[in-house]
Amino acid sequence: MSVTPSVPQAELTEAELKQAAQLEYIWQEPKGFIGWFKAVHHTTIGIRYVVTAFCFFLVAGLLAGAMRIQLAFPESHFLSADKYNQFFTMHGSTMMFLFAVPMMFEALSVYLVPLMVGTRNIAFPRLNAYSYYLYLFGGIMFYVAFLSNTGADNGWFSYVPLAGPDYAPGKRADFWAQLITFTEVSGLAVAVEILVTVFKLRAPGMSLNRIPLFVWGQTIVAFMVIFSLPAIMLSSTMLLLDRTGGTQFFNPAVGGDVLLYQHLFWWFGHPEVYLIFLPGTAVVSTIVTTFSRRHVFGYLVLVLSLVSTGFLAFGLWVHHMFATGIPQIAESYFTAASMMIAIPSGAQIFCWIATMATGKVVLKTPMWWVLGFFFVFIMGGMTGIFVASVPVDLQVHDTYFVVAHFHYVLIGGAVFPLFGALAYWFPKVTGRMLSEKLGQVSFWLFFVGFNVTFFPMHLVGIRGMPRRVYTYPANMGWTLLNQIESIGYIFIFLSVLIFMWNVFRSLRRGALAGPNPWMAGTLEWATTSPPPKYNFLHLPTVNGREALWDAAPNQPIVTGLDEDARSVLTTRTLDAEPEGKDEFPGPTIWPFLAAVATTAAFVASVFTPWGITLGAIPIAITMIGWFWPEKQPAARRREREIWPSE
Amino acid sequence: MSLLASVPGFSSNQTALNPAGPAAVHIEHTFALIFWVTASVYVLTVATLVYFVWRRRHTFDTIPEPAPTSTESDRFATRAVTIAMAVTVILLFIMLISSFITSHRLGKMNAEQALTINVYGHQWWWEVEYPNQAEPYRMVTTANEIHVPVGTAIRIHGTSRDVIHSFWAPNIQGKRDLLPGYTTDILMQVDKPGRWRGQCAEYCGLQHAHMSFFMIGESQKDFDNWMTAQAQSSAQPATPQTKHGQQVFLTHSCVLCHTIRGTSAGSRVGPDLTHLASRSTIAAGMLPNTVGNLGGWILNPQALKPGSRMPPNQISGQDLQDLLAYLETLR
Repeated sequence: MSVTPSVPQAELTEAELKQAAQLEYIWQEPKGFIGWFKAVHHTTIGIRYVVTAFCFFLVAGLLAGAMRIQLAFPESHFLSADKYNQFFTMHGSTMMFLFAVPMMFEALSVYLVPLMVGTRNIAFPRLNAYSYYLYLFGGIMFYVAFLSNTGADNGWFSYVPLAGPDYAPGKRADFWAQLITFTEVSGLAVAVEILVTVFKLRAPGMSLNRIPLFVWGQTIVAFMVIFSLPAIMLSSTMLLLDRTGGTQFFNPAVGGDVLLYQHLFWWFGHPEVYLIFLPGTAVVSTIVTTFSRRHVFGYLVLVLSLVSTGFLAFGLWVHHMFATGIPQIAESYFTAASMMIAIPSGAQIFCWIATMATGKVVLKTPMWWVLGFFFVFIMGGMTGIFVASVPVDLQVHDTYFVVAHFHYVLIGGAVFPLFGALAYWFPKVTGRMLSEKLGQVSFWLFFVGFNVTFFPMHLVGIRGMPRRVYTYPANMGWTLLNQIESIGYIFIFLSVLIFMWNVFRSLRRGALAGPNPWMAGTLEWATTSPPPKYNFLHLPTVNGREALWDAAPNQPIVTGLDEDARSVLTTRTLDAEPEGKDEFPGPTIWPFLAAVATTAAFVASVFTPWGITLGAIPIAITMIGWFWPEKQPAARRREREIWPSE
Repeated sequence: MSLLASVPGFSSNQTALNPAGPAAVHIEHTFALIFWVTASVYVLTVATLVYFVWRRRHTFDTIPEPAPTSTESDRFATRAVTIAMAVTVILLFIMLISSFITSHRLGKMNAEQALTINVYGHQWWWEVEYPNQAEPYRMVTTANEIHVPVGTAIRIHGTSRDVIHSFWAPNIQGKRDLLPGYTTDILMQVDKPGRWRGQCAEYCGLQHAHMSFFMIGESQKDFDNWMTAQAQSSAQPATPQTKHGQQVFLTHSCVLCHTIRGTSAGSRVGPDLTHLASRSTIAAGMLPNTVGNLGGWILNPQALKPGSRMPPNQISGQDLQDLLAYLETLR
């Protein structure tokens, strides 16, 4: 990553230069190979999240390519049934657990939220490092297992009894269950960090009604993570216990219940869709505002839509289970709830269109991706009505119609905004602009390729092709449509290649961005690109919803933080009035060691329940090391401050 | 709606848009309503978006200063968004009510006089039973082909013998999961005679792709004849060749899993073969039931349907010929 300080140093006074040097010294990340594992700053960890999640996106995308080759011909033998089943399970699990949530929630929020609320680091920075390593190690474990022919093969949902001890011998399902544990621990940790960052570390003046919509979106997601992930940790742990510990939670022969698993899974699984999609809407709100050159229309409606989506998302899980035979009264409730979710989504879309209709629309690459989002996501919302209606769902459920539906929702709702976000914030992260021409080429390739790949899936699904079949007979009339879909994949493949070339090239030769190339209004654009490790030379204060657009000519700055420590300002939750100051921990190797110990315990528990018992010992040791009180900060405080008790 | 399904080379015997029974007809009505409503809403919304982006696009290469919001244009926007929301809510309610009505109709089919058929999902085939209350010993057992009289209500009484499967013949009725530990009743009726294909719709492991069945709608008379024939014991071998073939069956591993009523083979792990030759496909609708396919299947099912629960068999050429000759007599 090339670092380009873009603010001419001449603009700073001598006192400011001195302050910058002091902050640089206090907040610097450790150097060298070992130093890499000690880093705790949110921008460092955030970039690692983005790169790692993008790698998983590429791998899962290649798996999809293999599946498209297999399905291009009826009764084809490119992949065996066993390989195909592993491929689609790895594709789904990777996209959901290793790409979508880590990218849309963890990566984007870890990097951007502290900058957007105007503070120097994320709350609990060491926990943040720990959560990243756990996520990385979980993903590596999953793929090492896959390359050893132990790839999960029961679908990304791993329904019992198919994934139970009787029908899934070997260790495949166990690795899947432990992947869940890894990613969920990491997701829960980030959720806590984001909530504390948003509620305690906002810049003075950023009261609740001035929080940028991006931050609102990630806050709602953090709440949803905390309420939904425990359900899947429970179900995957029960599955693991059934498999390795001899419990019988899901064994109908002795009174266990196979439907219980589905209820627990979808209690998480449905909100999961919104964990992926709400960050997407948060990105869309940001980009639409910046590129319509006006404050977003209907800020309150947009925030309330986010909140109500967050609530409603927990009332829909049964619509994934209509085919199990639900009593009619319950069916009606879940149909109604599923259709009602269209109201907040519709409100958001209308507000964005109204923003564009009353602003000046600047068509740069990020905006093109957002326009693509509208075309694709609204289509996904429309087909969502089909699956919300019980009788229609009974015909389209588990067919390619549903595959089309959720790719329209998830690629439309998350991947389109994601590429928009990457184009939008790339200058901030690297200091250089992406090529506009290459950006638009990759957008159009992706947009066309996406529709060529996924639109025919609606048709082939209505014509009766079920999901998750490794092949199909030649005389069903599905062949041509499947071949069109496979050709669409080539477009998407090229688009992603061009995008990566664009990134690679722009890192070296892109135009210098300057602090605010889009003339946007949120606080991350108030600092240099890339931001220094202390984020802001002068901690900002906020005067309106778009901090930079609404800033007064002499907008005050925060002063008085300690200059010899990682000192941050805490503010009150509702009105963001300054409340006190706090000191953040510095770099350390312990989170990394703790993550290694945790990984050892989790991986060992795939093979024996003793893994947890014995594995707890190294975890305890590393945690003690991590939380061992450090004398230095306390001693410094004593020197610096008057302690009333002494 | 059938436009979406009518395409050359498409047999349309496995699609929800070519209904062959009242349940599928009801569902198709709701489907059509939702299709037209959502299609119109989509076109309208996207057209509005394109219109405004086109009209408000900024044509210079610079990025203009952020504009202060004008109350007048915002008042217009507020009104437009409110109307759009109101229309959305109304349309949602229309689709919701249509969906409720259809659900209600599906639940109201004539359950009392329905013909009950037991269906058990197996990895990866369907066991089909026609219970006979009056004479239980005349219960008909078959596999993967469900004969039904047209115009008569049918109750599929289903469960699974292993993992979760889903019973789905889209021309006739929506799908229903068959869950181990639960039983379920699905009401349906076939109005059009014909061979309606169905397929397992819940991922059930290695050969989920090859787990299809046929619902064969036929006249009451044909159905009665079929039932009478199926209720018979198996045909006794008449020639030396078929007699030897039966011996091959009973002395090889076949007997460990299959039933042929009228012989000592009575295991229920695999499909009942009493009237194997009367079925038109083998391996859950995967292959036409010809002597060649059957021979290949008996020798090495793993080559045709990898993972199938049936093991490969070592049978000499002559024994296989006799066995096939015997199986061909099981009409």
